[in-house]
Amino acid sequence: MKGMHLPDIRMLLQGASPRSSEMFPELNNLLNTTPDKAEQGKLTLLCDARTDGSFLVHHFLSFYLKANCKVCFVALLQSFSHYNIVAQKLGVSLAAARERGQLVFLEGLKSSVDVFFQAQEDPHPLQFLREASAGNLQPLYEFVREALTPADNGEAAWRCPVLLVDDLSVLLSLGMGAVAVLDFVHYCRATVCCELKGNMVALVHDSGDAEDEENNTLLIGLSHQSHLILRTEGLATGFCKDVHGQLRILWRRPSQSTARRDRSLTFQYKIQDKNVSFFARGMSPAIL
Amino acid sequence: MAAVATCGAGAGGTESMAAATSKSNVTSFQRRGPRASGTDSGGPRLVSIAGTRPSVRNGQLLVSTGLPALDQLLGGGLAVGTVLLVEEDKYSIYSPLLFKYFLAEGIINGHTLLVASAKEDPADILQELPAPLLDDSCKKEFDEDVCNKKPESDIKMKIAWRYQLSPKMEVGPVTSSRFGHYYDVSKRIPRELIETSKWHGFFLPEKMSSADKVECCSLTPGYMKLLHFIQNIIYEEGFDGSNPQKKQRNILRIGIQSLGLPLWGDDVCCSENCDSSHSLSKFLYILRGLLRTSLSACIITMPTHLIQNKAIIARVTNLSDTVVALESFVGSERETNPLYKDYHGLIHIRQIPRLNNLICDESDVKDLAFKLKRKLFTIEAEWTVRERDRKKGLPLPLVHPPMAAAASALQPAHRPDPKPGAGYFFLVSHGVQGPSTWAILHCTPGP
Repeated sequence: MKGMHLPDIRMLLQGASPRSSEMFPELNNLLNTTPDKAEQGKLTLLCDARTDGSFLVHHFLSFYLKANCKVCFVALLQSFSHYNIVAQKLGVSLAAARERGQLVFLEGLKSSVDVFFQAQEDPHPLQFLREASAGNLQPLYEFVREALTPADNGEAAWRCPVLLVDDLSVLLSLGMGAVAVLDFVHYCRATVCCELKGNMVALVHDSGDAEDEENNTLLIGLSHQSHLILRTEGLATGFCKDVHGQLRILWRRPSQSTARRDRSLTFQYKIQDKNVSFFARGMSPAIL
Repeated sequence: MAAVATCGAGAGGTESMAAATSKSNVTSFQRRGPRASGTDSGGPRLVSIAGTRPSVRNGQLLVSTGLPALDQLLGGGLAVGTVLLVEEDKYSIYSPLLFKYFLAEGIINGHTLLVASAKEDPADILQELPAPLLDDSCKKEFDEDVCNKKPESDIKMKIAWRYQLSPKMEVGPVTSSRFGHYYDVSKRIPRELIETSKWHGFFLPEKMSSADKVECCSLTPGYMKLLHFIQNIIYEEGFDGSNPQKKQRNILRIGIQSLGLPLWGDDVCCSENCDSSHSLSKFLYILRGLLRTSLSACIITMPTHLIQNKAIIARVTNLSDTVVALESFVGSERETNPLYKDYHGLIHIRQIPRLNNLICDESDVKDLAFKLKRKLFTIEAEWTVRERDRKKGLPLPLVHPPMAAAASALQPAHRPDPKPGAGYFFLVSHGVQGPSTWAILHCTPGP
């Protein structure tokens, strides 16, 4: 990875005022990216423990749409209008992106009702809901591949394809084994990251002490494959009005076995209506 | 306050709705972002449904849970299209009450009910609903309690009263336009109200006896039948707008009692490594899919204290929108604890959904206790108990009388200020002849 340098701590402490049209500019600073120079071929793992990390999903969705990438969003947890309304707060319209073909949106909740109550002629990406025994996620992979493979007519291509999944833990709840989900991620990575030189972002819940072995297997397996891990955690001391949680950013190099330690940074954050503000641990503006 | 809501503007988006408001003189309370995909071909129509109001924060359409105190804690009410999961208390004493409040609220507002149970006939459940308090006598009793409360919760309770638009009430077809009612648990709901209301019952033993061929899927047959039943009602009665013959402008309130019990054919409460471990979570996922695409709200009570596999509880929580857990003091050592003598149990708000928003309306106070009186189910912050006693000059309840004197001589700085979000109780414990030590009796961290 070239050109990485530590973000300016002073800027973080001052708390850069957000421009309302940008998505989480402070997070972009922390990750040292802008929509113009997004990297390619990377798998980013989002993980939340004892808190809700969905704001990261909203961030990456609007980030990649602004970066002019073609995005395939497998949204299993909430409805389209939910993501659309939040994205509008961050300056992006999902409905418009879908109209112009930049966004392919799989609305899990609505599709699951369709596939469950009526037999479908064509294989549906959520076909596994009808199956009695644990199947595999091949139809879902086919859907993703078809969505992101650029059309042959050579029209003005988008920058790079991006697959966004919210979230993978739901697939475990729906009867898929951890191995099936890892296979799916592997196939998607091979196609999206390696073949199409795109990016992949996935959210997995960390169940913590809930002894969910399948989830732990999935999480550990994905952690080893990821280039970037963003882990949000609730504060160990409990609920706080001014600090909603802690974000740990870990940059990794999965392909090279290296003796150098991976770089990591930890920040605390507070979620506001249209923005998330980050600050160093213990430096919340509320107590300074 | 006029509860104005738009229904069924499918692909209208916020722009067309904003345009609609500017054309007609309505309040700025607009339901943005349609949750129900009930499509109106003629564009958004401004209709108000009885018993609903838009959320102040994000315009989400809300219904009352039947318990105004709980409505406050959930940010105004339960959003239409979401699931409220109630984790039952150990002996199932208070959770049926929440279930009944929800259903009674539906009858009062004229909503359609769908009651599903594996152990009780829905007709019997409806007979036992509490009677609503529709006149001013409830207000008098309420005022007595107001002066005992902490100012913060005062304001919260009083706000609920400001929404009261109460015309004269009679027994009969109820035309209450209030949001959230109070119920008298010692009286039964008048039979006429039940007869004039519309309800559907799903009693599992009856449904299972009919020899329908249900396609094999990894769901247990009981859950399959229930899902098909719910989907059928939603489609037939037009709650999702897809039925061209039916234009429904009402809310469907679904109540599922004790989901997960072995009576449903599910063994999630029986053993840790159960065969049908995904049945319950799959059911919840598809149920939520049905709710999101229709004008309905659902309450599910679940005996999570019986579920031995903690992973399933975590998954079920993630798949639900709002999760509330009740913990009653019956049979626990807290029953005899003088700190809790006024209360019947604790109520934990485990999860509040972030709908159409990055943030949610979390209450600052996390330690809440509830108390059931005949006409009132109150929820208070735990530390108001201590605060009240401290203001009255009473010492904290202590075990050893000489220590009580020592403790009362302590500077107030030694006692923590009741900060929001932290509930601590201290009790002086003593060895037989040893020095006194402060021990934390009950400390509740928790996000």
